[in-house]
Amino acid sequence: MYPADLKYDKEHEWVRVEGDAAYVGISDFAQEQLGEVVYVDLPSAGDELVAGETFGEIESVKSVSELYAPVSGVVLEVNGALDTASEAINADPYGAGWMIKVSLVDPSQLDDLMSAEDYESFVSNEA
Amino acid sequence: MSEALRRTPLYEEHVALGARMVPFAGWEMPVQYEGIIDEHRAVRTKAGIFDVCHMAEFRVFGFPAFEALQHLVASDLHRTDEMGAAQYTVMLDETGGVIDDLIVYHTGDLEYLVIANAGNHDVDVEWMRAHLPEDVEFVDESDRTGLIALQGPEAVRIITELAGEEPPPRFHIGEAMLDGSIPVLLGRTGYTGEDGVEIVCSAAQTVAVWRLLLSFPEVTPCGLGARDTLRLEMGYPLHGSDMDRTTDPISAGLGWVVSSMKGDYIGRDAVERVRAAGPKRKLVGIAVLDGVPRHGYPVLHEGTEVGTVASGTFSPTLGHGIATAYVPVALAEPGTALEVSIRRRTAEATVTRPPFVTKTSLSA
Repeated sequence: MYPADLKYDKEHEWVRVEGDAAYVGISDFAQEQLGEVVYVDLPSAGDELVAGETFGEIESVKSVSELYAPVSGVVLEVNGALDTASEAINADPYGAGWMIKVSLVDPSQLDDLMSAEDYESFVSNEA
Repeated sequence: MSEALRRTPLYEEHVALGARMVPFAGWEMPVQYEGIIDEHRAVRTKAGIFDVCHMAEFRVFGFPAFEALQHLVASDLHRTDEMGAAQYTVMLDETGGVIDDLIVYHTGDLEYLVIANAGNHDVDVEWMRAHLPEDVEFVDESDRTGLIALQGPEAVRIITELAGEEPPPRFHIGEAMLDGSIPVLLGRTGYTGEDGVEIVCSAAQTVAVWRLLLSFPEVTPCGLGARDTLRLEMGYPLHGSDMDRTTDPISAGLGWVVSSMKGDYIGRDAVERVRAAGPKRKLVGIAVLDGVPRHGYPVLHEGTEVGTVASGTFSPTLGHGIATAYVPVALAEPGTALEVSIRRRTAEATVTRPPFVTKTSLSA
């Protein structure tokens, strides 16, 4: 449920590091809590994100949640497929449901994130 | 400390089915089982069942029951005075404010069943007891009554199989025996826009009825989430969101419910004043293609705030946002371009005459 090669934050985003960039999405726990995603509001390529601040919104039939940047960086790429197929976030949160790719300005921020193991115990406390 | 949430007779069934339980109108209710969109589609294409045991059931009977109810509601009950007929209506206060919307079923000689919203149970009981004459019997049956809605294009076939006979015609109620052993009332009514029945039974037999319905593989258990998306696609109002004590039925688009022809009833003077002068604002449907409008969001016209969203959601059938909103009458014409302020941005909205979804098993 929580792939070991990813890092997680307390707002339920995940980060996958590839070189000096990182992919960001939301965890399986988060998509499960939200229910079917019907709308995602993401930043544009070139936008600057600050770790801990909101970078977008995700909306299900019943509720809206903010998305929080797990790391600081500049948005390199946005998953445009989510515009018309946001259900990918439910079906494949760690794959086709990725949201943005950001340049890592401060890799040490990754140390503030949780491992899969830590995240799993964090989630079980929250549930 | 908040008051403890109440549970319907079906609580354990919901938990066993993996439902997500949420507080609603003082009750702990299933908002969804597998997912709102799948449950919504099940009702539009096959059949779904809803636990609506939280709703209030009242019996009103005695020789003056008809006249007493006529005085209490704004519609003309003469329209449905034949035995077994049902009618959607509203109960108003003296200022024309909507205390609740109700369905009144003519269940027997001098006898009526009134189904009301769960959240208004206490207010309704107090109001009805205070305004019904002493020679009319009023019994609050809510605690000992179960209510399950079976809705969808396959609903009538399923209930026919279980009852061994066809259910009563649309907007009628009648007795039936399910599976040869469970006595129920079948009301051919609902809140989804699909054909179907609302099954009234004793609280003690509610689980048996629920399981009987679920024994049909084409029946999907559905939560309050799908109930809301289904009703809003049809433009059916929700008391507390679309109308309340501060709104009159004319402005709420319920002028068709309110009768000018009948005799006096509580709220009549206020309603007729609004009707004569014309309402200042009206509840309209709006479609939003890019975003989901929700209750309380501001509605704008050319950048100026002109109203607020009453009910709003994502329409699974249409794949976009739909809502109702009170706007000035001048902006109420279908096709009028408005905007909805969706948190940090503004989305285009178009006034649309409900129902938003026009093809259902009721329209076919």
